[in-house]
Amino acid sequence: MNDTDRKLGPTILKVESISLAFGGVKALTNISFEVKQHEILAIIGPNGAGKSSMLNVINGVYHPNAGSITYKDNVRQQMKPYEAASQGIARTFQNIALFKGMSVLDNIMTGRTLKMNAGFLAQCLHMGPARNEEIEHRKKVEEIIDFLQIQSIRKTPVGRLPYGLQKRVELGRALAAEPELLLLDEPMAGMNIEEKEDMSRFILDVNDEFGTTIVLIEHDMGVVMDLSDRIVVLDYGKKIGDGTPTEIRNNKEVIDAYLGVSD
Amino acid sequence: MLDSSSPSVREDTLSALILKNAKVIGSKTAIREKDLGIWQSWSWSAVADEVKWLAGGLASKGYLRGNNLAIIGDNRPRLYWSFAAAQSIGGIPVPLYQDAIAEEMIHVFNDAEIEFAVVEDQEQVDKLLEIMPQCSKLRCIIYGDPRGMRHYDNPAVIAYEDVRALGRKFIEEQPDFLERELEKCHTDDVSVILYTSGTTSKPKGVCLTHRACIDVAKADMGFDGYSDDGEILSYLPMAWVGDHLFSYAQSIVTGYTVNCPESSETVMTDMREIGPTYYFAPPPVFENLLTQVTIRMEDASKLKKWLYKTFMAVAQKSGLDIIDGRAVSIKNRILYSLGNICIYAPLRNNLGMSRIKVAYTGGAAIGPDLYRFYRSIGINLKQLYGQTETLAYVCKQPNGEARLDSVGTPMPGVDIKVGDKGEILVKSPGLLKEYYKNPKATEESITGDGYFRTGDAGFIDQDGHLKIIDRAQDVGTLNDGTMFAPQFLENKLKFFPFIKEAVCFGDKRDAVCAFINIEMDAVGNWAERQGLGYSGYVDLASKPEVYELLQSCIEQVNQDLAREDTLSGSQIKRFLILHKELDADDDELTRTRKVRRDFVAEKYGVLVSALYDEAKECFIETQMKFEDGRTGIISANISISDAKTTQSNLELAA
Repeated sequence: MNDTDRKLGPTILKVESISLAFGGVKALTNISFEVKQHEILAIIGPNGAGKSSMLNVINGVYHPNAGSITYKDNVRQQMKPYEAASQGIARTFQNIALFKGMSVLDNIMTGRTLKMNAGFLAQCLHMGPARNEEIEHRKKVEEIIDFLQIQSIRKTPVGRLPYGLQKRVELGRALAAEPELLLLDEPMAGMNIEEKEDMSRFILDVNDEFGTTIVLIEHDMGVVMDLSDRIVVLDYGKKIGDGTPTEIRNNKEVIDAYLGVSD
Repeated sequence: MLDSSSPSVREDTLSALILKNAKVIGSKTAIREKDLGIWQSWSWSAVADEVKWLAGGLASKGYLRGNNLAIIGDNRPRLYWSFAAAQSIGGIPVPLYQDAIAEEMIHVFNDAEIEFAVVEDQEQVDKLLEIMPQCSKLRCIIYGDPRGMRHYDNPAVIAYEDVRALGRKFIEEQPDFLERELEKCHTDDVSVILYTSGTTSKPKGVCLTHRACIDVAKADMGFDGYSDDGEILSYLPMAWVGDHLFSYAQSIVTGYTVNCPESSETVMTDMREIGPTYYFAPPPVFENLLTQVTIRMEDASKLKKWLYKTFMAVAQKSGLDIIDGRAVSIKNRILYSLGNICIYAPLRNNLGMSRIKVAYTGGAAIGPDLYRFYRSIGINLKQLYGQTETLAYVCKQPNGEARLDSVGTPMPGVDIKVGDKGEILVKSPGLLKEYYKNPKATEESITGDGYFRTGDAGFIDQDGHLKIIDRAQDVGTLNDGTMFAPQFLENKLKFFPFIKEAVCFGDKRDAVCAFINIEMDAVGNWAERQGLGYSGYVDLASKPEVYELLQSCIEQVNQDLAREDTLSGSQIKRFLILHKELDADDDELTRTRKVRRDFVAEKYGVLVSALYDEAKECFIETQMKFEDGRTGIISANISISDAKTTQSNLELAA
């Protein structure tokens, strides 16, 4: 029932004619697509198609050689990851990038860094405003813990958790920044069916409860077809398809490239 | 204030008692819930307000006196308040197991004519919306947790907060509404309907009264010294009688604090944080805790392992005597207190059991190792016996009289009789009023003189302790009239590591005889240590040495039995060791590994008659299924052995 009555907003992110090359290797060639507010967009494609590069371009890790990115009506070609984060873009990584020795709670708390305003000294002394601010942040983090149902591992060091839970914690850290645009790089890689179902549920819930726009890379076609409103297909750095799951399923070029069938 | 005409506060219904608590101990914490990582508390006066508002809300939604209110979810304060809210306006709460299958839920909803339900979250709402077409009366679903509920536009679904707000307005308009309603409640009204999980038939609704709840809670309070500074953790299903008594009625009567864990996965952590003073858990929970301790000790450093091993041995030796107040030598006492500092106290702390005054277990037999472990490290773990129909109030072990093989002495006000086939008949202050809309079942289970038929067979021993031995329908009699409880004997035999399965025969016969299945690993290991060669299972099972070994086990059981007058006649006279393992694939066991006694008796008829006709040996051919599905025949000459019986006290005295 959630899919039908959800309203998509105006375009939040517009990628225009992006090209990216590492020396002679062309990672992305002339890619354009749009993401609407409140949308779940999946980027799919075979290995080396340039999916992760695309995410890296969006949040400013890579700087494209050509093309422009319009995020919330600001046109830009280059941006630092720090600026992307402060403008409301958060992401998770293909290989989990958490602080293994720190607890789940502290890891998610790091996601709040950009929201912390109190000065260094005030935080050291744990003075009035800094204290209140910390309580506020802790409350937000606890809400995320509650949302992701990880109360029982709140104080467990992340390194001791199974893979599926670590992925969930990473999602939690991204959520802690209260992003408007969430980039998920293979959130379900290496999970079993049950973990995938859980993660899908959480992604839908995030989209629904917080109104977050989500761009995700995923290989499991079943998951992609169920989750996403729209799919962009890349192959060898080029866009070969863009449309609803039904359109993509019937797109001959996509079938050929992705399933490796050709006559 | 309750009623201008009566000067004193009424104390004869649970809802009235909440008001009394609000007045007498109003600022004391009644209930806590861990939310967003912090324990939130409500005082008794806050609880009284919440209950009042919810009751008003229910009334304004059209919930009437005499209606039943379904309650489904984890242990949450709001759900406990729903019990009280329904009761205070003359309704009857009906808690349901949240993992019940749809068919069972539909049965209960229709049987109890449920119109209103209070549930925890989206999961339960979805379940109810699914069964709604089959539950014609259901018209209002109230949910507590708003998560994921934004898009539900079904008019039957409403948030707890909204009902509460409606109720606040309703009560402001009619400030004396609740008082008037409470006035109409009577102590002999049904206060709750608990559906028993019917293993053989459809669940039946057990109707319990305010009077039963209050009387039982008061008697328990006297027996175990519960006081209003106690703490408990409520984590067992709300639909279960134990939780209803312990977390709801008992808390209201005693005034102690109920703590609701954050989620079912955090119970261990929450328990450590709360440190409950009273604790109840079925045997599997205790087993689980012990397993975790054992696993974590395996990973500990060498020194810690050594300390643990050494002092657990000390605890095994003198811990039980110390907790039961028996004489212990000075040396052992010193060793034990050293162990207490190094191991037992930290261990109790880690289990969240540092402050426990009494811990109970019941519902199933607890293994001797488990029982000894907890008691020997200083946790006052005791057993109790009761069922939904008696509000779990029949027998408890008094302090200092905790024993493994009994379920305690009858509680004050309880009268126990032993009926046909050793069936235990109980008259208890907690006795059910009736089965809901099922006079036939009520008549079948309550005798003419007001005793409840428990269906359990047992007896009262010399010290006045009740011992449960079997289900009454399985109990038979020997030809001389002695009671024969096969499962009891088989369980006793199976306590030996060498015995995997046992099947006892004796109903309508002269004596008890038994088939034994050896435990291959344990007996094989034993044989190797004895330097005894064997080629396989059949060979090992037929060795005279193995027969001797098992004979000594059986004779030990016979000695035990001789101590009980009721059972000394059912000592095992002859036995044989089966040449093959009883197997579910051959229909000899059920899939849950219970022996199908009648089937085995028929299949091995030749062996049974050989047991009873003085033969020394018997030849048998049996068909068996191999794991790949083929069938084969195995044959063996099985020898039969006699076992010595022990004279009972009675015979000695005569």
